[in-house]
Amino acid sequence: MKPIMKLTRLNIAILAIISFAVPAWAIDVETPKRCTVCHSASFQGLQPAPRLAGQRYQYLFNQLSDLGLHRRDDPNAKLFMWPVVATVNPQTARELALYLSSIPPVAAEDGDAELVASGREIYQEGMPEANVVACVACHGPNAEGVGEIPRLGGLAYPYLVRRLSQWGHLYNYATRPPMPHIASNLSPNQIKALASYLSFVK
Amino acid sequence: MVLSFPSAPAGTPREGCRRRIVKASGLRLALQLAIAVVVFATAAGGAATKALAFSSHELAAKIAYCQDCHGPAGQGYRGFYPMPRLAGQQVEYFEDQLRAFVEGRRLNSIMSPVARSLSPAMMTALATDFRAFNPRPLGGDRRELAAMGEKIFQDGVPEQNVPACAACHGPEATGIKQIPRLSGQLYLYMVKTLTNFRKDRKEHLSDVMYPVVESLNKRQIEAVAAYVSSLR
Amino acid sequence: MMKVARAFSAHSRASRNPAGKAKSWVGAFAGTSGSQGWLDFMGTRSGIQLALPLAMLVIVFGGAGRTSAAETAAVSKPELEAKIKYCEICHGHSAEGFEGYYPIPRLAGQTPDFIKYSLQAFAERTRTNNIMFHVARVLSPDMMAALGAHFHDLNAKPLGAGPTDLVAAGKEIFETGVEPRGGGRIKSCSSCHGDNAEGNQDFPRLAGQLDDYIVDKLTNWSKEFGQHPSKMDVSRIMQPIAEALTEAQIKAVAAYLSSLQ
Repeated sequence: MKPIMKLTRLNIAILAIISFAVPAWAIDVETPKRCTVCHSASFQGLQPAPRLAGQRYQYLFNQLSDLGLHRRDDPNAKLFMWPVVATVNPQTARELALYLSSIPPVAAEDGDAELVASGREIYQEGMPEANVVACVACHGPNAEGVGEIPRLGGLAYPYLVRRLSQWGHLYNYATRPPMPHIASNLSPNQIKALASYLSFVK
Repeated sequence: MVLSFPSAPAGTPREGCRRRIVKASGLRLALQLAIAVVVFATAAGGAATKALAFSSHELAAKIAYCQDCHGPAGQGYRGFYPMPRLAGQQVEYFEDQLRAFVEGRRLNSIMSPVARSLSPAMMTALATDFRAFNPRPLGGDRRELAAMGEKIFQDGVPEQNVPACAACHGPEATGIKQIPRLSGQLYLYMVKTLTNFRKDRKEHLSDVMYPVVESLNKRQIEAVAAYVSSLR
Repeated sequence: MMKVARAFSAHSRASRNPAGKAKSWVGAFAGTSGSQGWLDFMGTRSGIQLALPLAMLVIVFGGAGRTSAAETAAVSKPELEAKIKYCEICHGHSAEGFEGYYPIPRLAGQTPDFIKYSLQAFAERTRTNNIMFHVARVLSPDMMAALGAHFHDLNAKPLGAGPTDLVAAGKEIFETGVEPRGGGRIKSCSSCHGDNAEGNQDFPRLAGQLDDYIVDKLTNWSKEFGQHPSKMDVSRIMQPIAEALTEAQIKAVAAYLSSLQ
């Protein structure tokens, strides 16, 4: 609760800005302002909250519904998102997802530059001997995702590291395969490399 | 085989007899042991050869790896690229495609590294295992085109010199030997394959398809794809 | 054509001089005739008499060019070539046959009469095959004839023979016939199909045909052929034969035929 209380004044300022910025047709003003508290005014993300801007519509909607049903259970989700999403109805979730997906994303570019090359190799080619598939097959050549498969390009390094590691801990297990199996085969170094590469992908 | 030692004190004629029996028995034993060694060594050698190819654990891990992209039951998956159904595919075709990826007869930047990591024995094992899967089709698309697609598939389009697909692929699109099963294949994958056939496949076996795909127009390709994608 | 015209031109002069007629012909062709041109000739009575047949000759042979007998005025070369390419998708690059889901028969070296007959039978559904029905229903008689001629000229190696251990028995059946269990006698296949199974007019060539195709046809003859009992159909000849042959005999003869060049 601390981070939220600290940002209360900022919160109000953001409210003011947001209430002009959000198109009236999209959603009621209340909902996105709550998101900006953690996800930043531009929805480009503010650690530990990930960037939402430019994320896939279907993926966003699925996350909101999985969070609402408590199927997604990684620690931060449980702590921060479960209470929030409890108040979001499906129609609002749809509108939110649509709105967020339309905002142009900005790459975080906060990974380790030296690991980018090896990360790219894992992403584009996979590691057949280690039975790790090439991420590109599902996430696309620019990590842009498609349908319910999320855009990974430009997400923040710490967030990617945490999420990739969590698959191996069986969090989020209720969500759709094959990620649990794929990511659970990745070593910590490989995760760091991947996360570094992805944080730079536009 | 029993070694019998008649009990008799040493030095007696029976002892001499015993020694001879022991000798004879020993020889017999040695011979039998030798045969046993040879037999088991060969068997072990054979088993060892198989074990060198891969263990059942390795196979299971490899299947799970394939399933990551091709779906939990090999039914295919709509990733950024449509990943084709492998379930129920003809074994000969399956093996030949993997070899084609290795040899460059078929071009695919994702599958080439995958196929290169597989031994021939592994290719056969995967082909055999996926053949046995039988999930429902992932989901037919463009159902409104399926009727048109059925007509093309079963009757051909003689006015356009398009032969009936059924002649080679079978009336239920099950394929045979090196001719692939098409039933339940992903719509998007079928469209992509038929559209890019000559570009992606250089192998001598599939060049029979070149005149076919070149005689089909876009709508007909979509129709055939819609039809087969709905078949069980 | 000009040469012929000039020849007649010289001839017309010579016709006024009977003695020189023959000489004038030769002279005309050799180009040593006199000054009278062909236009002058055509205006003469002989010329007019000649004009009509000449015109007909030009029309009939004018379009022949380098064509074979197969190509008639009704089937254009590109059309025929496209159709051949289409047939070969299923029947093999050199019409040697293909093992599709169904065994697709060899057409190479087939008798033109049999091809024509078969295509007609497919189109009229006296022979039942849905795929071939659709192929045949769009073909004109001229196209059927052209295809028959084309495939007759091809000579691919057999696609692949059946079990070699059955070949000897098959050869015997082919050359001497069989005595069916129910009595009677089936004469040798060669008496109609030729000593080398090369076929003869309506009797198809069997040499080099696909083993499993032959087995399938002989086994299922009446299901596929002669579907209009009231119609005259040469395939009816085979019906009692196919029905009298045992499974083993069918397999043997198929193995033999598929091995023949």
